Amino acid sequence: MIRFSELYDAIDRTTSTNAKVKAMAAYFASAPPPDAAWAVFFLTGRRLKRLVPSAAIRDWALDATGLEPWLLDECYAVVGDGAETVALVLDQLTPAEMKTTPLTLAEWVEDRLLSLRDADAATQQARVTGWLGSLDRLQRFILLKLITGELRVGVSQTLVVRALGQAAKLPTPTIAARLMGEWTPSAEWFTSLLSHDQSDEDRSRPYPFYLASPLEGTPESLGNIADWIVEWKWDGIRAQLVRRGGLVHLWSRGEELITHRFPEIAAAATHLPDGTVLDGEVLAFRDGAPLLFSALQQRIGRQKQVAQMVRAVPVVFMTYDVLEERGVDIRSLPLDERRQRLSALADRESGAGVIRTSPIVEEESWDALARVRTESRTRGVEGMMLKRRSSPYGVGRKKGDWWKWKIDPYTIDAVLIYAQPGSGRRASLLTDYTFGVWEGGELVPIAKAYSGLSNEEIDEMDRWIRRHTRERFGPVRHVEPVHVFELGFEGIARSPRHRSGIAVRFPRMLHWRRDKKPEEADTLDNVRKLLHTVEERHRPPGT
Amino acid sequence: MLVERSEGLFCPAGAFYIDPWQPVARALITHAHGDHARSGSAAYLCASPCTGLLHRRFGTDANIEHLPYGHTLTLGDVRVSFHPAGHVLGSSQIRLESAAGVWVVGGDYKRVADPTCAPFEVVRCDTFITESTFGLPIYRWDPTDNVIREVLDWWRSSQAEGKTSVLFCYTIGKAQRVLAELARYTDRRVLVHGMMLSTIDAYREAGIAMLPVDPATERPRGTSFAGELVLAPLSARGTPWMRRLGDISDAFASGLMRVRGVRRQRAFDRGFVLSDHADWPALIQTVTETGASHILATHGHAEPLARELGRRGWKTGVIRTAWEGEFTGD
Repeated sequence: MIRFSELYDAIDRTTSTNAKVKAMAAYFASAPPPDAAWAVFFLTGRRLKRLVPSAAIRDWALDATGLEPWLLDECYAVVGDGAETVALVLDQLTPAEMKTTPLTLAEWVEDRLLSLRDADAATQQARVTGWLGSLDRLQRFILLKLITGELRVGVSQTLVVRALGQAAKLPTPTIAARLMGEWTPSAEWFTSLLSHDQSDEDRSRPYPFYLASPLEGTPESLGNIADWIVEWKWDGIRAQLVRRGGLVHLWSRGEELITHRFPEIAAAATHLPDGTVLDGEVLAFRDGAPLLFSALQQRIGRQKQVAQMVRAVPVVFMTYDVLEERGVDIRSLPLDERRQRLSALADRESGAGVIRTSPIVEEESWDALARVRTESRTRGVEGMMLKRRSSPYGVGRKKGDWWKWKIDPYTIDAVLIYAQPGSGRRASLLTDYTFGVWEGGELVPIAKAYSGLSNEEIDEMDRWIRRHTRERFGPVRHVEPVHVFELGFEGIARSPRHRSGIAVRFPRMLHWRRDKKPEEADTLDNVRKLLHTVEERHRPPGT
Repeated sequence: MLVERSEGLFCPAGAFYIDPWQPVARALITHAHGDHARSGSAAYLCASPCTGLLHRRFGTDANIEHLPYGHTLTLGDVRVSFHPAGHVLGSSQIRLESAAGVWVVGGDYKRVADPTCAPFEVVRCDTFITESTFGLPIYRWDPTDNVIREVLDWWRSSQAEGKTSVLFCYTIGKAQRVLAELARYTDRRVLVHGMMLSTIDAYREAGIAMLPVDPATERPRGTSFAGELVLAPLSARGTPWMRRLGDISDAFASGLMRVRGVRRQRAFDRGFVLSDHADWPALIQTVTETGASHILATHGHAEPLARELGRRGWKTGVIRTAWEGEFTGD
């Protein structure tokens, strides 16, 4: 477990994504497969279930140290992490440096931790207390994290996948696909995870998503409107619907499998011909119109009660592209051609209206299009997508062929960093938030916002903040940078008084982006670019 | 003996304040950190080894009297003496004796050895005012030598990666302690931020042996800093000054680095747990050794420390400061 602890420390120590991936890749390439398998298990956020409740660990720490419960609570308030608090106070039992028990990670898990399940409480306490006393501070902390199932390492599954890809010299979608579903960590499993043998390759795999860029100039700068296909920009979850080998898989843009969240889409997709991959958007949809994104989030947020939510919030898959037809990759065909094949598919499809084709907005001129675009808000869309007729389906965000022309240019995705109580009836709730954007690995405050969440969301956020406060400065709580919010605002200007150098006007929360990871939030550079765009636009002619 | 006033802790029988945060007629100063030594008072009194640092903070024309450690001066009805606190150069506990008994204001203090200042002296008293910066059982320091070797390892590995090691630390005390501790292992020259030069000089004038230093920025343009160790105050972080240092690995030397979340939140590459304050066991040990029956806690986690001491049989109280929620000096 020494090497795994060192890996944890290396990941924990750096803020650089590349350095984290490098450290993990080096570990995966050299660690014994049984250990590496468990490392993947823990690093991807999986946990050993039903070992020991966190409350028991706390009680045992009180027994071992003789501390008063309230004093341990005070410590916890400063540390913000149960396992770390216990690891720190247990320092009083053992010297800082201690001979470590030379067990591997797999031995720790398989021979020791899993055996706790069958032990009675007294035996559990004796064993765990004994182990904790034999380890140095870092390993003690790791062990507590493994036991309580709270080993959050500060890496996303995406990074683990990238590291495994580097270690195996395999493309990341291959690894991502192999990590899906149920698996048991073992040497054999890990070896097959990194195997180059693709003969039984998972048939669920999506294609890399092609992403649009925000339109920078006017649409006229794109030339003749006849060269462009215009669609509404839906405010949902970008996803690929993969129908192969008699099975259906729905993948979000973050390469997360979300099929089980949307059983009605999975059912409708069984009517698609085998060997079909569609690109589109999962939308909450009722009576022919999209619902607010927040409605859709109820479907993402709930792990359980899927059936109940299916009735409460109906969804559709609004498709706008076909990437694979009869098992053939057709991404290199022009969009025009793919669109024709898509409508042919849609004509024969009978999925009870759950799979819909995103209509093409036909206008003669950019001016006419701009007029139609003003209907965006009432249509419940975010604006328009402008796609070059001749464009292939590319990889990643390659500028030039796909543009998003959003109605509200003033939105950013920012991370919640501070919270404090509101005033009046909200005085008992933490409702006043400060959000940050990325600058050189740090989150720089960019806006404060108080409105935009429902009462239920406020309650949920309040509970979360209290449990995830890292530090308190008087009433202000510094929280773990986890939650991403789409912020909207009416204006943007330079401000020497703000640390970011930028002030925004009337900021508010538009969406709680539960689907986004903090590292996907905007950078300060993005916001500066927005500022420049706005300044350009408002510059008087001739200056 | 002492009462809380808006200007700070006041001794009516001696007509003086201790570490006031507003200008007063007479101020007794425990040590030269900014949250204890505020400018503008008409007259100051401190321990002799503190004088150089105070003049640098207040200017050469400030009215500063000083008293050697252990010497007694009578102010009004109170006999006053200064005793080493082991926190930074010239840091003191202030002992006050009158018909009302003996009080000791501990100021900031630590119990581990520090080559840059006189070691803490236990002073028996009836009432002891203790700091509580790290007044929770999670705070417990590893031997200084272990930490210094971690610093050296980090410096070497950054050098191997062609990076500049930037160690943020407080300008009074921590910087000099690091330079003095490192001198046991190396004789390499260290670069320092300009803000640190004056206080390093003050320590050299007091006869403290430290590694040689050069100002980091008075080097020809284009000079590479790769492989160098640079000490800088936290206020320099993220300023244009940093740009010249090239590719850096940064670290912070502070007791605060004991908590992972704090280190992560501030996004330092490394955190070295090196503190000039007493840790939890040292706080308990110290209040015990003073023999005091009445303990007043201040500066930091005063409430939990007082509550725990109360549980263990002491009569306790809490003194608020103007610095609640802020953090200075470590």
